[in-house]
Amino acid sequence: MQFSFSDEQEQFRTGLRRFLNEKSPPSEIRRLMATDTGYDRDAWKQLNTSLGLTAVQIPEAYGGQGFGFVELAIVLEEMGRALLCAPYFSTAVLAANAILNAGTEDQKQALLPGIAAGDIVATLAFTEDNGRWDSSGVALTAAEQGGGHRLNGVKSFVLDGHTADLIIVLARSPGSAGDEGLSFFIVDGKAQGLERRLLKSVDQTRKLARLTFDSVPAELLGEAGAAAAPLARTLDQAAVCLANEMVGGAEHMRQSALDYVMMRMQFGRPIASFQAVKHKCADMLVEVELAKSAAYYAAEAAAEEDAELPAIASLAKACASDAFIQTAKETIQLHGGIGFTWDNDTHLWFKRAKSSEVFLGTPVYHRELLMQRWNV
Amino acid sequence: MSEPTEESIRAEVSAWLKANWNPDLDLVQWRSLLADTGWGMPSWPKEWYGKGLPASLASAVQDEFRRIGAIGVARSGVRLLAAGTLLEHGSDALKKKFLRRILTGEDNWCQLFSEPGSGSDLAGAMTRADLKDGKWIINGQKVWTSGAHHAQYGLLLARTDWNVPKHQGLSYFIIEMEKPGVQVQPLRQMNGHATFNQVFFTDAVVPEENLVGSLGEGWKVATTTLMHERRLAADGIITGLPGKGGKQTGKAYEQERTETAKVNELYKWYPQRAGRPDLVIERAKAAGKNNDPVVRQEIAKLLTMNRAAQWTAKRARAAAQLGRVPGPEGSLGKLVGSHVARASAYVHTLINDADAMLTGEDSPMKGLIAEILVSTPAASIAGGTDEIQRNIISERVLGMPKEPVTGLDRPYKDVPKNTVS
Ligand SMILES: Cc1cc2nc3c(=O)[nH]c(=O)nc-3n(C[C@H](O)[C@H](O)[C@H](O)COP(=O)(O)OP(=O)(O)OC[C@H]3O[C@@H](n4cnc5c(N)ncnc54)[C@H](O)[C@@H]3O)c2cc1C
Repeated sequence: MQFSFSDEQEQFRTGLRRFLNEKSPPSEIRRLMATDTGYDRDAWKQLNTSLGLTAVQIPEAYGGQGFGFVELAIVLEEMGRALLCAPYFSTAVLAANAILNAGTEDQKQALLPGIAAGDIVATLAFTEDNGRWDSSGVALTAAEQGGGHRLNGVKSFVLDGHTADLIIVLARSPGSAGDEGLSFFIVDGKAQGLERRLLKSVDQTRKLARLTFDSVPAELLGEAGAAAAPLARTLDQAAVCLANEMVGGAEHMRQSALDYVMMRMQFGRPIASFQAVKHKCADMLVEVELAKSAAYYAAEAAAEEDAELPAIASLAKACASDAFIQTAKETIQLHGGIGFTWDNDTHLWFKRAKSSEVFLGTPVYHRELLMQRWNV
Repeated sequence: MSEPTEESIRAEVSAWLKANWNPDLDLVQWRSLLADTGWGMPSWPKEWYGKGLPASLASAVQDEFRRIGAIGVARSGVRLLAAGTLLEHGSDALKKKFLRRILTGEDNWCQLFSEPGSGSDLAGAMTRADLKDGKWIINGQKVWTSGAHHAQYGLLLARTDWNVPKHQGLSYFIIEMEKPGVQVQPLRQMNGHATFNQVFFTDAVVPEENLVGSLGEGWKVATTTLMHERRLAADGIITGLPGKGGKQTGKAYEQERTETAKVNELYKWYPQRAGRPDLVIERAKAAGKNNDPVVRQEIAKLLTMNRAAQWTAKRARAAAQLGRVPGPEGSLGKLVGSHVARASAYVHTLINDADAMLTGEDSPMKGLIAEILVSTPAASIAGGTDEIQRNIISERVLGMPKEPVTGLDRPYKDVPKNTVS
């Protein structure tokens, strides 16, 4: 395992950070989060043509750049720091990896180049109204009909589900239960019988949708009835990516709290000179650095397909969730009254911390998974 | 000659070990050979028992020792703090006199810094050293001195000038412990052991040449010792990690085990003060608490923190090996270690439940669990308290304003002293 980034990776990060600072200032975040779409098609296209970000982890054989999870994690950390409003997690993490893990060779050839080029926004629809983050909650059914399949049911909490051009849907064969009978399907965002509704979300920078399927035509992705394993793998990889996105956000919060306390004066001195404030800042640093170590290690584990990946993915997700929400809370606290205003930017990251804490499973859920995966 | 690479060094050391390592050697004889060839401390300078290798290559050498099962130089206790400090500030005469015997394990050392009136505020030391007829005469009291009762030498911080401000009047000495005027009294700790001591100096004599660094530079020298302490603590060398429980046969192994048993008898609670997170899963299973969802959550939290702490230490080491500017990750180990210890004690309490009220023969693992519960409070005090660590992190890593201090503009004799009540 590597415990440091290479010089090339550091350069990539620096360049990306500069780009995102420029493209995603708070004014832009606020403008985009207020829209229903949640992102800017042209800016998204530019992000992918100039930097090739959706292509980072897609193999060269499918039009990608062929880097691994470490580079993908760098992208996510920087996007989390910048709170970029773009359908990146849905497209490049969830959908791309579901296709890589489950798709046939022909399907990868057909679907991935569009994602790599940034032409297609895609997502993975696996959660339903019950809000469960694994296959146990899947009730949406797929029935064979005339050589194809028809989907019936509901998916919810689908990231960018209302705008995606391409939706990978997890469904089960009628009468099946648990890990049995699960399959992935490819659904066109504009398919007949598909009704998409944007949900009102606390974190306006992360758009969630509820999708109703009424006999929606769908193409099987990969093998029928065999989606359990690729789903589990995709979710582990997604947890690793989310952990890295979260530590970027947490680091941004920590730094913005520090900048503020160094500048704000009370009792005739900078509030940074009060020991209670200093100690809080030291504790935030500890929390963020530990979470970073876990997230970076998890990215290495994903890149190397380490056997411990499932456990480490849950560990990193739980650790980063706690660190991000804790850091965001303390950042508000250290700002005092202004921290509670809409005009101050802290709440934007606080809300992202809240949605990330829950998305893909709460820390409690992942700690329990960790125990199971360590055979405790 | 070409620069050594990891590969060439591994080959070189393993060939050397093949030719020289013999478990039937006398331990001191073997360690003398390690000191003289430089293989014992390869990162030390060539002229002082080392090979001048960078950290990355030195750790490859250690790896080979472990792989082959060869015994290394002595590392326990305060000896490596003494060595690090001497290498940086000691005169050639002092280095010559002490470094080799530190590595062979013939001498034991202790750290005479804390006093009744100055712990966190170490620079407030009141123990005095006065030069009379070419000798330093020491008077005063130290406290919490680990291992003073079996140490031959002590690292002593004492005041040599009362007419300058606090930090400027300190000097740093090596004092011989088994001499008249040095009285060591073990102190019983809350965990029942007596590892630390109070030490009284009454006209104890230190030869003039035992001054480390320049006169009045004691604070700078002490800072070096503390830096080594924090680094070694992060590597688990001082707090002690559970031993491997070797079964190898041979005279050197026997002697090492005897040495470990003798010296480590005192320190056998040290691993417990770090909380023993390594025992948690096994204990939970044994106590049937591995199915309790609340306990499972707490175990997961603890082990997550513990793993993350280990990875953080590895990040710091990797950055150092690449010669990069040290990031914040290197300054957090001490504080994180005490978080892990505290969380671990809590988890052991949950797991052992009513049994956590018991100790000794009546309790789980013959008192070992109880020892964890009553030893972990040391982790957040010894070697600098958590609060002091937070001050250091916020000031040195985050660049926040320093704590207010008074009296630095006056001779120390005119400043109100820390009183003990
Ligand atoms: C097991 C053990 C082994 C030890 N071994 C040695 C040894 O070998 N050699 C040696 O020299 N010393 C040794 N010590 C001493 C140790 O370094 C001191 O106990 C420690 O530095 C604290 O000093 P103190 O005990 O005087 O407490 P104090 O400094 O009086 O601290 C009391 C409390 O006040 C807090 N406090 C003090 N100053 C500040 C501040 N500026 N800001 C915020 N809070 C503050 C502290 O955090 C602590 O909570 C050992 C201690 C222990 C427990």
